[in-house]
Amino acid sequence: MHFVVCLKQVPDTSEVRIDPVTNTLMREGVPSIINPYDAHGLEEAIRLKEKVGGKVTIVSMGPPQAKEALKKAMSFGADRAILLSDRAFGGSDSLATAYILSSALQKIHETEPIDLVFAGKEAIDGDTAQTGPGIAQRLGFPQLTYAIKVRELTDTTVTVERKTESGRQIVQAQLPALITVEKELNDLSYASLPNMMKAAAYEPEMWNFNSLPFDVTQMGLKGSPTSVSRIFAPPGRTGGEIIDGMKDPKGTAESVVQKIFQQNIIMVHPLAKGGKH
Amino acid sequence: MALNIEKSKCIGCGACVVECPVEALDLVDGLAVVDPAKCIDCGNCVKICPADALSLPDQPTKSDGKRDPEAGSKFNIQDPLPDTVEDYAQGNEKKTIRAQVTPVAGGDVWSGVWVIIEYNNGKVAPVAWELLGEGRKLADAIGCGLCGVITGYQVDTVVPEAFAHGAEKVYVIDHPVLKDYRTEPYAEAITSLVRKYQPEIILMGATSIGRDVFPAVATKMQTGLTADCTVLGIDPETKLLQQTRPAFGGNIMATILCRKSRPQMATVRPRVMAMPERVEGREGEVIREEFSATESDFRTKVLEFIPSDAKSAFLDKAEIIVAVGLGIAAKRNMVLAEELADVLGATLAGTRGAVEAGWLTHDQQVGQSGVTVRPKVYIAIGISGAIQHLVGMETSDFIIAINNDPDASILKVANYGIVGDLFQIVPAMTAEFKKRLQHGVAN
Ligand SMILES: Cc1cc2nc3c(=O)[nH]c(=O)nc-3n(C[C@H](O)[C@H](O)[C@H](O)COP(=O)(O)OP(=O)(O)OC[C@H]3O[C@@H](n4cnc5c(N)ncnc54)[C@H](O)[C@@H]3O)c2cc1C
Ligand SMILES: Cc1cc2nc3c(=O)[nH]c(=O)nc-3n(C[C@H](O)[C@H](O)[C@H](O)COP(=O)(O)OP(=O)(O)OC[C@H]3O[C@@H](n4cnc5c(N)ncnc54)[C@H](O)[C@@H]3O)c2cc1C
Repeated sequence: MHFVVCLKQVPDTSEVRIDPVTNTLMREGVPSIINPYDAHGLEEAIRLKEKVGGKVTIVSMGPPQAKEALKKAMSFGADRAILLSDRAFGGSDSLATAYILSSALQKIHETEPIDLVFAGKEAIDGDTAQTGPGIAQRLGFPQLTYAIKVRELTDTTVTVERKTESGRQIVQAQLPALITVEKELNDLSYASLPNMMKAAAYEPEMWNFNSLPFDVTQMGLKGSPTSVSRIFAPPGRTGGEIIDGMKDPKGTAESVVQKIFQQNIIMVHPLAKGGKH
Repeated sequence: MALNIEKSKCIGCGACVVECPVEALDLVDGLAVVDPAKCIDCGNCVKICPADALSLPDQPTKSDGKRDPEAGSKFNIQDPLPDTVEDYAQGNEKKTIRAQVTPVAGGDVWSGVWVIIEYNNGKVAPVAWELLGEGRKLADAIGCGLCGVITGYQVDTVVPEAFAHGAEKVYVIDHPVLKDYRTEPYAEAITSLVRKYQPEIILMGATSIGRDVFPAVATKMQTGLTADCTVLGIDPETKLLQQTRPAFGGNIMATILCRKSRPQMATVRPRVMAMPERVEGREGEVIREEFSATESDFRTKVLEFIPSDAKSAFLDKAEIIVAVGLGIAAKRNMVLAEELADVLGATLAGTRGAVEAGWLTHDQQVGQSGVTVRPKVYIAIGISGAIQHLVGMETSDFIIAINNDPDASILKVANYGIVGDLFQIVPAMTAEFKKRLQHGVAN
């Protein structure tokens, strides 16, 4: 079977901050990582390959530096990695990104038919969770989002558990299909030494605008229907009262509770009244 | 003379590249770069730059260094209005020529605000009603109608509720293939309505269903979609939908516009918009549409649904939440929080730290990668207040935080920020609550 993993290199967002004075992103020295959800997609693809045989292809769109993420990804046991990199792709929104990635997948599909595509639930920078479904739509593959378990894979179908607010949905789709994955899907394994050595010597294939019959009007800034018109720091909720509870903890606790009732923040509620002893 | 670009300020949003009438700007490695040979110093890009990164040598366009709030939300001045505008504004053949013309915001073509009402397993997602409340404001600001859309199976009971929550008109597709939620039939059904009636704006809750079906609909319509919005507004001048959302894990907020494609689509986080008043007996127009689909058209089957247990499922509806963080130090100390929750009839929740430590389950996690909550009272015990946590609870009506570090961020968002040792404060609060609640004395 042929598994394709969509993998994005992202800044480690826990370290990206906005400068409150200039309203700009402070991204100096922010390390780049493989989007954490995509790592779980890759893990699943490799496990399935080990089980049923086949091949894992990684596809990424990004600046040339994203090669590093692809080399790292190869060390987990993938077979091929393609980086789509071109100035024409820059500034694409999720609709345009899905167009570019799906065009690449279409081309791969023509020579080596794809059975299953993995994408992350979302990328931790853009966070839209729209690219996976966008790719599925364009390729005409059924999409199974928020997967927490691949229950079964046959020659013609895949069955997954999907996470929803009210419970787990068990869904079966015909292949080829696209799955977007949650971290619960699996636990990551370590790269094996032979794979690490293979990856170190591996050069990802570079594809650009001329590698495919791309439609320039569907990509980049001009081909993107959405645009960012403003960025700013999240509005801080203005703080209330700071109460010193160091000196007299018990007294402070009592007076806070008293205030809570006085201001009807919590009301004497018939249900809570008979509370446990 | 040429445009000056301050690289350290550039956020690589590309607004200038789009705005430039002579294609002198480009993004290279994520930063704006100008070709001085092409630049005509028109200053359009300076005006639109959201980060004040661009300037022309002799004209510091923005007087006081503050950004012009209107900049970046205007239609491209260089865009000539299509010749056909006159024709379609008057008339009869709207449908046939609509597709080829640039949409006019707030116009009678692509008109109306729609809310997709999520109805699944016999329940409406409450965010749908919140969105009818918000949609009312947007529709009033534009001067257009507000409609609800219900796609599902046996949905008749939902229709009067949609009117009660403010819809003027309700579009219905009721079909057996829509019984259980699946992307394909739902995306087909919604898209068929959008194609036929051409709303200007469509909104849906950023639930697992909304975030699954809307990208599919947006792709079919080839239009823009903004994910997970927390603020919506209408630009008074252009009537464009201003869609504000957190990105980079909640570290920044971005306002997104969809200038030229229609409809403008957004998913909106549950429990950030206020619930509108429900007015029993309000009526409106119901439009039922056929859906010519059969089971064999679709390639997915729902085999089973396993509901999650009630306790965690209700976290986002809890009135009072007692939340714990790593400050509680060990599993055995969880009893402190449990006792407080018991006395108050509150629901227990916590940070990712507490979940990863194994003291709580993932369903109980509040924040960016957990649940967004909006209780009346949120009591944060030993929580630092990382941004990823704050985005999930900041809209709580009243926040009480207990932390022994006076610099903890959580104290800055709290109505009552108690600087103290949780091991002393929390049991004392529990005892005092117990005393007063048992005796029914408030004061
Ligand atoms: C502040 C900000 C706000 C934005 N808001 C919006 C918005 O509201 N709407 C919109 O359409 N765009 C938006 N964008 C643009 C969007 O981030 C980019 O289009 C991005 O290329 C794809 O979206 P994402 O990062 O959200 O990925 P997601 O859609 O969240 O990614 C999901 C999965 O798709 C795959 N994937 C995504 N990108 C790639 C890639 N480059 N290479 C390989 N696989 C990939 C990965 O498997 C990933 O896990 C925004 C960008 C910024 C900076
Ligand atoms: C992409 C991403 C997504 C994330 N999503 C989430 C999410 O959904 N939810 C979430 O919560 N986090 C999330 N995080 C993690 C987040 O960044 C923080 O790491 C986490 O919220 C911290 O948890 P904490 O407050 O329990 O722990 P800490 O930050 O360690 O805080 C513990 C606090 O307890 C206080 N304390 C210690 N002892 C005492 C005492 N005796 N009395 C009183 N106070 C005491 C300390 O002063 C400290 O402020 C996410 C991170 C990333 C990168």
